[in-house]
Amino acid sequence: MTPMVIEALVKIVLVLAALVMAAAYLVLLERRMAAWIQDRRGPNRVGIPMTKIRLWGLGQPIADGVKFIFKEQVTPAHVDKVLFLLAPILIFSAAMAIFAVIPFGSVLPPVFGSEEPIPLVIAPGVDVGMIYVFAVGSIAVYGVLLGSWASNNKYSLFGGLRSGAQLISYEIPLGLGLLGVVLASGSLRLDKIILDQAESGVWNAFTQPLGLLVFAVAALAEAGRLPFDLPEAEQELVGGYHTEYSGMKLMMYLVAEFLHMIAAAVLIVILFLGGWHFWGLTGSSQAIAGGTWTVWIVALVRVGVLMAKVLGMILFFMLARWSWPRFRFDQLMNIAWKVMLPWGVVNVAVVAVWVEYGDRWARALDLPNKLLMAAVGAAALVVCWLLTTLADPTKADNRPIRNDQGPMTKDQ
Amino acid sequence: MNRDDRQIRWIEPPELGMAGKSYLRLFLEGLTTTLKHLFGRKKTVEFPEERYQTPDPIRYRGVHRLNRDEQGRVKCVACFLCATACPARCIDIVAAESPWPDREKYPESFTIDELRCIFCGMCEEACPVDAIELTSFFDLSGKSREEMIFDKEKLLSIYDRTKDREPSWSARVRDEG
Repeated sequence: MTPMVIEALVKIVLVLAALVMAAAYLVLLERRMAAWIQDRRGPNRVGIPMTKIRLWGLGQPIADGVKFIFKEQVTPAHVDKVLFLLAPILIFSAAMAIFAVIPFGSVLPPVFGSEEPIPLVIAPGVDVGMIYVFAVGSIAVYGVLLGSWASNNKYSLFGGLRSGAQLISYEIPLGLGLLGVVLASGSLRLDKIILDQAESGVWNAFTQPLGLLVFAVAALAEAGRLPFDLPEAEQELVGGYHTEYSGMKLMMYLVAEFLHMIAAAVLIVILFLGGWHFWGLTGSSQAIAGGTWTVWIVALVRVGVLMAKVLGMILFFMLARWSWPRFRFDQLMNIAWKVMLPWGVVNVAVVAVWVEYGDRWARALDLPNKLLMAAVGAAALVVCWLLTTLADPTKADNRPIRNDQGPMTKDQ
Repeated sequence: MNRDDRQIRWIEPPELGMAGKSYLRLFLEGLTTTLKHLFGRKKTVEFPEERYQTPDPIRYRGVHRLNRDEQGRVKCVACFLCATACPARCIDIVAAESPWPDREKYPESFTIDELRCIFCGMCEEACPVDAIELTSFFDLSGKSREEMIFDKEKLLSIYDRTKDREPSWSARVRDEG
């Protein structure tokens, strides 16, 4: 085996383990957050097994995992056995595969006799990184649709249909939000996009607030989180597409959901919030100068900054879950097609014009390019939001049409 | 329902202002509410370590007790009103000739099946001499069904254990005048 293969394998093992652990502990965090917001305490009892040590409930994910593994795997008689098994595997592996191109920091200095610095990404130098993420991310739709179809259950199918419509609709604003960033930095490589923001010190969130909004909303919807969790709205659909699943198969679905949320958070951070960059803390170029120790420290600080941002984003997602009620399905579609899509187009248009003429105009006005871009971006956001508010495209009257010459009741 | 019926008034939803239509108000109100509760005081009681204190133990409907009178005798006169009122039929009384001159009957045995009891408090309501009362003791448990059938001695002992914390109705009337 060549050193490159070994390096990749080590990274794969690390990322896989870290992601599964992260998903398990995010479940705990989610439950604790839910409890706190509802004035409860949440799971705080499970600690180290066989002892009375509680550790603030940090043993809970292990207990949950053990429970899932030992649970009975029910395969109902009426399901399509092959697809029923394939669907959770598909959605889980697709959710995992997204992380192959995601940089978890910048580079580590050379170790173990290698000469090159080690990039903190499983597949370094993928030129179509973003397209890969989208391609793999879209497979989630198949996981959901296959699972719901194979379940041969009307509630599962309802959930699957809703999910299919939702995921496909929100793919478009997601792509449009991304397009602005790609236009601005001129590359589909995730590390290049971060580097672009780090070098100028101006995150894309400042220059393209409209893009951030569109992308964040679409990412939330793609992850199927509240207020966009119609695919598995418990009150309406039992469990949605995973109603018939149990045991490890259900766990794969649930872990995949959390992985989607992590992926959404990571993408928002990388595309719009500067990735590993933080002013005055992490430096601004990919290569790190200095002695071995400073190199290591900076490399680790960058990983820490990225993780902190991602955690912040995930905390926001979890807070959002309890902050706003779920959208109705027509509102969901209206927001996708009548609000997010036009906003995304406006954002792309503004960025495209800016990439073409921005430098010239900035020179003419004698202002820094990025500052002017931030002003234009903010103006675009305000104008779009105001116009949308005036047009009120999500307004819907679902009441039946009424005949004024209708019959009178007998007593009048 | 006939939707064309002119008897039925259709109510128009209140018009949303700019803040409402732009989802800005929803956004801010939701976020401030959740944030306030996230850092607010928690209502959960950590049960085994920390016990829930009822605001009014007199009003709480927990395990029953049989009250004693001033001379330490069981107050019950075996009138069967509680057993009659009980919707779960968990009270079983065996009456006998009273050894004391102030009443005709007294309960030779008085058992309550706590597993059948629904803790509705009807027995307490029905009792003409305030002999049966519900205490604020709520975490009742036993290792067998037999253990959960409380006899007269057990019910009287609950009175002995709770009388200081939760004085009986007649004691309160006496003290407060």
